Amino acid sequence: MSKTQAKQEKINEPKANLIPIFLMGKRYDVPDTLTIQKATEYAGFQLIRGCGCRGGICGACGTVYRFANDYKLYYGLACQTVVEPNMYITQIPFFPANKAVYNIEELEPTAETIVKYYPEIFKCMGCNNCTLSCPMDIKVMDYVAAAMSGNIQQAAELSFDCVMCGLCAARCPAEEVQYNIAILARRLYGRHILPQADHLAERVKQVEQGRYESMLKELMKADKSQLMDLYTKRQLEPDNADEMWEPEDKSHL
Amino acid sequence: MPYTPELQNLIKKVEETRPARVEKKKRGEEFPGIPVAERQEILRKFHPDFIEGTQRKIKVGPNKGYKITAEYVDILETKSRIDPDKIDLNTIAMETDVLVIGGGGAGNSAALLARENGAKVIIATKLRNGDANTMMAEGGIQGADKIWKDSPYNHYLDVMGGGHFVNDPELVYTLVTEAPKVLKWLESLGMIFSKYPDGKMKTMHGGGTSRKRMHYAGDITGAEIMRTIRDEVNNYPGDITVLEFAPAVDLILNDKGECAGAVLYNMETEEYFVVKAKSVVIATGGTGRLHIQSFMTTNHYGATGDGLVIAYRAGVPVNFLHTVQYHPTGAVFPEQAEGLLITEKVRGAGANIVNIHGEQFVFEREPRDVEASAIIRECSAERGNGVPTPTGKFGVWLDSPMIDSLSGEGTVRKEFPGKYILFKRYGIDITKEPMLIYPTLHYQNGGLEANSKCETKVPGLYVAGEVLGGVHGENRLMGNSLLDVTVFGRIAGVNAAEHAKGVSGTGKLSLDHVKKFNKEIKQAQIKDKIGPMLLPDYSNPEVRKRQLTTQYVGTIR
Repeated sequence: MSKTQAKQEKINEPKANLIPIFLMGKRYDVPDTLTIQKATEYAGFQLIRGCGCRGGICGACGTVYRFANDYKLYYGLACQTVVEPNMYITQIPFFPANKAVYNIEELEPTAETIVKYYPEIFKCMGCNNCTLSCPMDIKVMDYVAAAMSGNIQQAAELSFDCVMCGLCAARCPAEEVQYNIAILARRLYGRHILPQADHLAERVKQVEQGRYESMLKELMKADKSQLMDLYTKRQLEPDNADEMWEPEDKSHL
Repeated sequence: MPYTPELQNLIKKVEETRPARVEKKKRGEEFPGIPVAERQEILRKFHPDFIEGTQRKIKVGPNKGYKITAEYVDILETKSRIDPDKIDLNTIAMETDVLVIGGGGAGNSAALLARENGAKVIIATKLRNGDANTMMAEGGIQGADKIWKDSPYNHYLDVMGGGHFVNDPELVYTLVTEAPKVLKWLESLGMIFSKYPDGKMKTMHGGGTSRKRMHYAGDITGAEIMRTIRDEVNNYPGDITVLEFAPAVDLILNDKGECAGAVLYNMETEEYFVVKAKSVVIATGGTGRLHIQSFMTTNHYGATGDGLVIAYRAGVPVNFLHTVQYHPTGAVFPEQAEGLLITEKVRGAGANIVNIHGEQFVFEREPRDVEASAIIRECSAERGNGVPTPTGKFGVWLDSPMIDSLSGEGTVRKEFPGKYILFKRYGIDITKEPMLIYPTLHYQNGGLEANSKCETKVPGLYVAGEVLGGVHGENRLMGNSLLDVTVFGRIAGVNAAEHAKGVSGTGKLSLDHVKKFNKEIKQAQIKDKIGPMLLPDYSNPEVRKRQLTTQYVGTIR
């Protein structure tokens, strides 16, 4: 066993206050400072599914829980949610989802496009379970409504923090896969609504025309002291400079 | 957990000095930087790489005698998980043109470009496709596209300076000249860059940049790149097959010494199977989960350096593994967030770093190794200006509320929505309270040796992304890893597909290199250890003691 990890993740703190949690119905007593993810490991599980970035962004550890004597369902990411006494926990590490296949280049950013690829969007009955189940506090039903009405920008913006964990789809009585609708909306927005950067296209052309070849070849041949000298003399763009700030020496632009 | 009363008291000192620091920043005055000539001194005294006894010489393989971080030696000096004689190389479960090992930014970029160049592709990945450090990268992606103030020339100098001028010049040339093309590619795939209304890219400074060239998508730039290219991969189900929870445990060569596939492991059914391929791309990412020197890490669960291990066994040398990157700003409070990455963009937006007395002690945008060393020094016995945490650690303040004072109310919420929500859940409002941070294990500066076409010494074997060494020399700058994975992922994909066209696929498959390496380990009298690690071991040792009938091979069953 690796010498570092157990102590690194602090799963075995002797002085910790132990509380009961129920993993898939079975009781384990775990330290009350742990996240659901670390508590599961403390209980003795080796995670394979249901664990990814351990930092709340990859969406691998969507989790559903309830408390004893409470009818309400709660949702969270296992790596971000701290355990509480008498939680009844299950992870949803995978939920089947249909994903449309498309060529983003050829599409138009309209309601018709969304409907063509995800016709089930009209089945939405406005129950709002998707929003209630989102561990990222995204207004899922609102972005679905925006996509349906062709407001692609709003659908993209409202869904921007989506980690695609799938809890919304798991709870949807209309069998929608909201997060796949969302990424289609975001890609439509990024490709067809946001204006493209002219300066970027221009720079690509400059590079392809070989504008930087000779000056870069010179740098590649330079020895350490020459490079250090050039490096030290670099003009630094000030922090508070305006976007259109220009350097004094423009010979290498 | 919100800040304790003790910490709240200490925050008052940060608040006392804040107005003056904001005024200074507004006047364009900065805390003096550490001159290039003095960087080595602070690194030598305080950077973890230089701590006596933390490195050792590797005893076997292509780099025998090279002194590197001990945890890297531990994983390289391992025997295969499998007995090579037990694998039936005549039973081929799947066959493809290009096998991509790893499902992060580099792997998915490679798959897309290999497909574009006519190849059938399999992506084999240990966790889900996209569970990778790419997903977690927050701050941004560099690229010199501001034609009125920046160019690949400036970018090149910055990269070399950050890496202490020892980077591989060919790789750096490729990185900076391909950067604009990659940004254009991502833009055309529909990635949502943060932009001005006219389409102009918003860009920021990062540590060690001479021009503001950090492009971003809120504070989830990596996630936005990852989910976009993964969605694109999923648009070609006929050409790209994704195998999840199926890590490679060894490469397969043929009798001509070319790479011809890999042995994969189904982590759920626990069976091994053979995938034959005309080219193989290793894009397995980094090694944060080795917890070098017991540091916390920002890395994802699977960052155990599997690709390093299997390629080294197949004869690919490693480089630059004598340096490791510690990100200057990992969270140390609350406990649930320990090790969590606080993007450098927070400092790019103007937040100072201050000590227990609310005083600045370092310019907030030094290259990462220098910045991290300065923070370690401030918390060391020499200075004793660290802020103590309830778990007995030390940290310093990252003064995020400054950002709203500098750029207007609401900026933090708008530019750092991910971190804002996360800390809000802990009861900490980062628009009003600073974050407590300490350096955290972040990036594998070195890796496998390859040229700018991503070719290794082994014909048919390509590497890309964090596992490729040399691009960043001894220290990577912020925003160059998202760039690295996409630039070299694409190149590896193109060249792997080209190579596949000229391969007949008739060579006899072999695991002789594994047998040979196993023998070397035995001869060097290295204690039997198994690699690759595949997953870190966070299970409860008390429970393991009671698992009386369970056999562990390495860290997993």
